[in-house]
Amino acid sequence: MSRRRVLPGLHLSLGITLFYVAFIVALPLGALIFKAASLGPEDYWRIVSSPRAVASYRVTVLCALGATAFNLVFGMALAWVLVRYRFPGRRLVDAIVDLPFALPTAVAGIALTALFAQNGWFGSALAPLGITVAYTPLGIIVAMIFTSLPFIVRTVQPVLEDLDPALEEAAQTLGGSDGAIFMRIILPLLAPALLAGVSLSFARSLGEFGAIIFIAGNQPFETEITALLAFIRLEEYDYQAAAAIASVLLITAFVMLAVTNLIQARALRYMDRSRS
Amino acid sequence: MKRLILAGAAVAGLIAGPAHAQDKLLNASYDIAREVFGAINAAFVPQYKTDTGRDITVDQSHAGTSKQARAIVEGLEADVVTFNQITDIDFLVKNGFVSEDWQADFPNNSSPWYSLPSFLVRAGNPKNIKDWNDLARDDVKVIFPNPKTSGNARYTYLAATAYAKEAFNNDDAKVKEFVTKVFDNVPVFDTGGRAATTTFVEREVGDVLITFEAETRGIAKEFGEDKFERVTPSVSLLAEFPVAIVDKVADKKGSRDAAKAYLGFLYSPQGQKIAAENGNRVQDEAVADAFKDQFPDVRLVTVEDVFGGWDKVQSEHFASGALLDQIYGDR
Repeated sequence: MSRRRVLPGLHLSLGITLFYVAFIVALPLGALIFKAASLGPEDYWRIVSSPRAVASYRVTVLCALGATAFNLVFGMALAWVLVRYRFPGRRLVDAIVDLPFALPTAVAGIALTALFAQNGWFGSALAPLGITVAYTPLGIIVAMIFTSLPFIVRTVQPVLEDLDPALEEAAQTLGGSDGAIFMRIILPLLAPALLAGVSLSFARSLGEFGAIIFIAGNQPFETEITALLAFIRLEEYDYQAAAAIASVLLITAFVMLAVTNLIQARALRYMDRSRS
Repeated sequence: MKRLILAGAAVAGLIAGPAHAQDKLLNASYDIAREVFGAINAAFVPQYKTDTGRDITVDQSHAGTSKQARAIVEGLEADVVTFNQITDIDFLVKNGFVSEDWQADFPNNSSPWYSLPSFLVRAGNPKNIKDWNDLARDDVKVIFPNPKTSGNARYTYLAATAYAKEAFNNDDAKVKEFVTKVFDNVPVFDTGGRAATTTFVEREVGDVLITFEAETRGIAKEFGEDKFERVTPSVSLLAEFPVAIVDKVADKKGSRDAAKAYLGFLYSPQGQKIAAENGNRVQDEAVADAFKDQFPDVRLVTVEDVFGGWDKVQSEHFASGALLDQIYGDR
């Protein structure tokens, strides 16, 4: 039983794909690992476990978690509104969601800093409440939220569009409360997409640099992100240490994406089985 | 028909364009030198035409000079470098891009002008900041970029250390305590000199900005003399701005003569005047005299005298785990 292939020739398409993956993705990452590996295990460990590096992981991961949690709720709500409601300007909002993908992150960082600085529009409004965003970890979270929002919206949106409202209506006629319908009907169906969105959003936040360095205070131990520390090591002409620190980010992101892929694959198998 | 000929001529011009090659230089420079080299280049182009009869364009690239040096080693084809730190040219020497005796190529150790870390405070100097010791006060917020990523801030760090060494008679513990206090007063570490300026001027963060005197003058000019006040500390560190031909690139592109003419122009009375107009202190006596009122007297110490040279500074202060990292670590 042969399946119809849309792309021409397995060899050609496989060749192009592997070439692409090897040269555009694997080679630079390989060079990074290679550079980091030129350190002995002891030196590597000393660099990646130095108190300042550990503090930077803490700042980066906690802020990325905060940003992702915010985007999980807000991004899902946004996707929901875009799919389920018709309102004037919907298409415009839909297009704006993608803007963080297109905008240079440095521009985003400078714009956010201008808004949230003590004398900016938001900053001056928040100051009387005792909230400072610019140059604090909160600023890092804001920058991460901005740059990673599209991931959750764009992964959840298509699944929501396919979600048959009849399911919810059926649940309603059977007396399900709104909360129960959301928790037991909608959320399980959205879960794989949400998981994918969350992991992409989190991985993006881990690696974000351009937007953050403008709005973070870049204080060692407080608002210094891991990517900046790698950059600082480069400025010292210490390529190996920079690569070592970057490899920690890389490995974290890779492990996380692999785990979510695994969970997703299992979820899909489960869904296939329950369908048949 | 006429139109056809014109079009043909235009196409021929396009094709022939690169053939009678125009001279071209790329100058890799430090972050806050945009204005001065903008003005220098505008003056140099007609001068070069008069001297040689050839057209020339000078392109600029500005960033932290460590980054520039790295970029050149990794393939940025800059013909000349105009840096604010000798160590970054040394990095090019080590990698075989600049000849070892580059400091003999041009007068005054190849530094056409110099500056010093100086202060800029808000109008009226509300916190009454006069000298380095004021920076360690609890009620003062200080802005300068991260010395790890900015040559500008490295001078600031060294100048503060030099002041403390004198004030505390070289008592290392006290010097460290003083510098740590100053660093504790910095709310934001930007990555470059210009970013720190933005933080201080546009975001209105901090009471005093420490940057090259040239930059403090530029800011006052740009944003209004009535908004800021320049304060020159009692003592500061001589910051030479070294220049060099990137031999490897110049030989490859055949641009050595143009590069030499360009860097030589920086020493001409015209070049020195432009540098002074942009807030740099210059060696040319006539020009220095003419701009005397602009540059208050200040006692300048050198890296060689206070710290025993840049190599020592690098290993004792800026290397991973050295004094500067300890100061960060103590917070």
